[in-house]
Amino acid sequence: MTAPAIELKGISKAFGPVQANKDISIRVMPGTIHGIIGENGAGKSTLMSILYGFYKADAGEVFIAGQKTEIPDSQAAIAAGIGMVFQHFKLVENFTVLENVVLGAEDGPRLGPSLRKARKQLTELAAEYELSIDPDAVIQDIGVGMQQRVEILKALYRQADILILDEPTGVLTPAEADQLFRILQRLKDEGKTIILITHKLREIMEATDTVSVMRRGEMTATVKTADTSPEELAELMVGRKVLLQVDKTPAKPGAPILEVDRLNVTDAAGVHRVKDVSLTVRAGEVLGIAGVAGNGQSELLEVLGGYQSATGTIRMNGQPLDLTGRASDGQSRRARGIAHVPEDRQREGLIMDFHAWENVAFGYHHDGAYQANRWLMNNAAIKADTEAKMGRFDVRPPNPALNAKNFSGGNQQKIVLAREIERNPDLLLVGQPTRGVDIGAIEFIHQQIIALRDQGKAILLVSVELDEIMSLSDRIAVMFDGSIMGERLPQDTDERELGLLMAGMNGKAA
Amino acid sequence: MKPIPGWADVILIPLVSVVLAALCAAVLVLAIDENPVEAMKLMIDGTLFRSAGWGFMLYYTTNFIFTGLAVSIAFHAALFNIGGEGQAMLGGLGVALVCLFIPWPHWTLAIIGASVGAMVFGAIWAAIPAYLQAKRGSHIVITTIMFNFIAAALLNYLLVNTLKPVGSMDPATASFPAGTHLPTFQDMAALVGFDGMFRGSPANVSFFLAIIACVALWALIWRTRLGYQIRALGHSPSAAQYAGISPAKIIVVTMLISGGLAGMMAVNTTQGEAERLILNFTEGAGFLGIAVALMGRSHPFGVFLAALLFGFLFQGGAELGFWTSIPRELILVIQALVILFVGALDNMVRMMVGQVFGLIGYKEAA
Repeated sequence: MTAPAIELKGISKAFGPVQANKDISIRVMPGTIHGIIGENGAGKSTLMSILYGFYKADAGEVFIAGQKTEIPDSQAAIAAGIGMVFQHFKLVENFTVLENVVLGAEDGPRLGPSLRKARKQLTELAAEYELSIDPDAVIQDIGVGMQQRVEILKALYRQADILILDEPTGVLTPAEADQLFRILQRLKDEGKTIILITHKLREIMEATDTVSVMRRGEMTATVKTADTSPEELAELMVGRKVLLQVDKTPAKPGAPILEVDRLNVTDAAGVHRVKDVSLTVRAGEVLGIAGVAGNGQSELLEVLGGYQSATGTIRMNGQPLDLTGRASDGQSRRARGIAHVPEDRQREGLIMDFHAWENVAFGYHHDGAYQANRWLMNNAAIKADTEAKMGRFDVRPPNPALNAKNFSGGNQQKIVLAREIERNPDLLLVGQPTRGVDIGAIEFIHQQIIALRDQGKAILLVSVELDEIMSLSDRIAVMFDGSIMGERLPQDTDERELGLLMAGMNGKAA
Repeated sequence: MKPIPGWADVILIPLVSVVLAALCAAVLVLAIDENPVEAMKLMIDGTLFRSAGWGFMLYYTTNFIFTGLAVSIAFHAALFNIGGEGQAMLGGLGVALVCLFIPWPHWTLAIIGASVGAMVFGAIWAAIPAYLQAKRGSHIVITTIMFNFIAAALLNYLLVNTLKPVGSMDPATASFPAGTHLPTFQDMAALVGFDGMFRGSPANVSFFLAIIACVALWALIWRTRLGYQIRALGHSPSAAQYAGISPAKIIVVTMLISGGLAGMMAVNTTQGEAERLILNFTEGAGFLGIAVALMGRSHPFGVFLAALLFGFLFQGGAELGFWTSIPRELILVIQALVILFVGALDNMVRMMVGQVFGLIGYKEAA
């Protein structure tokens, strides 16, 4: 029997009181794609960081191809044949592909010979693994899919036999993701070993041979992918049965609440972010906006939220909104019945160093119910309100005095949702409601959004998770490069068609 | 870094820093052949065991409270106001104008007028850098520093050319009329029958204004909407924008308060002590406010304690200069050591304290 490509035995790692990895053992066989799935904070990234030499394990051993190996730093990991493709690419934007591949692996002080050697090898690698790429393209001019390919080539150029990919599809369109999985399959066929870290069940089912599930720092199971199901994996990840589908009745759309007409946004750097966007959201429906991150959805939300200037017209309940002047700020928007769950809760939605109760008043700090008199705020009233909201939204731990940063991602999101939904808005803007949120909380958050819809409120949902858009939306609009590529009904479309729209190809025209 | 309990963060760490600074200072005193124990005794005797010592210490403390609070409120908005010195100078100008050109019948009215003058002038001096930061993005650290120099030059010009009484060789205004003179601690002690207490020391009623300012600022920061918005902006400008808090407005308002507080120092020095406006009356108190705010963790009560400590060092230092051959410069070195340990080396001390708590098995409550 061949030795495993990687074997970890009894790996433990604690950060202060938090046990990130508890006695983890895992065997990855050569020439396989091994998935590691788990919720945020389950310890996947910590485990891989130990393997790549970023952290030192408190206990445990690493065997590479049967040999016990010490990995004190990333140089040692590379020497051991491990290559890592990070979630956030580590590329120099204004270097060419070739320069990025060579960077850090130069043969000597003169760059010329290294570059020539790399150019030759790149051609060979491209032929061997069907990873064709223009070596002279500048990184900032090529798409994210191509940039990821450069990261893979970087690892292969450094003779990696084991490739670790951390959440590789986060920034890819479905088509790009499919392409990535084809490349991984090809690499596997050529004898490479691949570890795929993800929180997406679909990717695990599609791409892997074996899957290990992590929960709260522990490895709860390792199973053959063929022998398992998404439902079983979800249960292993969360520790209880989870509804993967959202239960909802057909929408009963009412009067138009939000009408956007030929909206254009040019940002501070002069880039035209939103181009002639027109859309309508009616009472009692969810309009989902699909698209790869960075295609104008964020700016659209910012305009509606009152902190981005724009041209065009937006009508709320039939009355125009101020898009540039004095009444174009978050306070005026709230006064008009718009509540906003922002895309980035840690940067915008919450103040991480504020207590939970201070965050519940955030944005509504002028509310009369929160004031003791003309001068002072009524902190006791805010705390009481927070406690009530925490109860209704099942925030754990239900302690208003805890700082926002001490809650898990899902509970942070619940605090934001509780604050915004309980304002009983006419329109709820929701950006990436379940980014970095554990599966158990996703279920709850989706239920809350649908419940608000069923009360006859209008909801504008922006998400890069196609599954989420498909299951929550009553209508789907796809954004690409600042424009709306088309609107579809979820029952009349599929991921393939939406994926094409997300990549800028209008399915109907083609 | 190992976790430490909240009380240790607030009390223990500054205390350890001060002790470390004192030890370093002791080594220096030894190096110039003086006895550090004697020196320490002298500082304590001269400051804490004489009522006049208290009178001097609390006088300095008053200055440091005002300038420390000024820096603290700006810190809460993540603004670094280095311009306390210049704002205090302008505050002095405000006090002088109010005291010289308005005939006050009684000090109780005069102190209100002078306070308004001090705050308005200090605030105006802070408003210009604040506006430039809010609307033009000019960094407030740079502009407030530059405004210190402009303030010094302006004061120099006015005292030499305009406000100096005819025939005087001294670059200072005329003495303020008697109706503006503030009761000192000595006057107040005499009033309740303790003749001779605080004899000759400059502490005056404005010390109580400083204490009121501490309480008022505490309430402002943690109990009002304005304070809430200031803290929100300070912690996260992006979140503040999302919530509809105008950064420009909060920056300007915060700096107005900050400048006003720095200016208030002049009520103590100019109206209370000198009873006329003199050159360089701030004596670096504007800068020391930064150390006070750092040591006090930008909390008004912490600022009060830190200001007491620096008041003690100021007065104790003067005693040393008076009775020993320890040069005045060494006193500055000792003060600088305190600032170094409290401000710059804070994390080092924090780590050491954390290690100790780790050894005794302290774990952060989840």
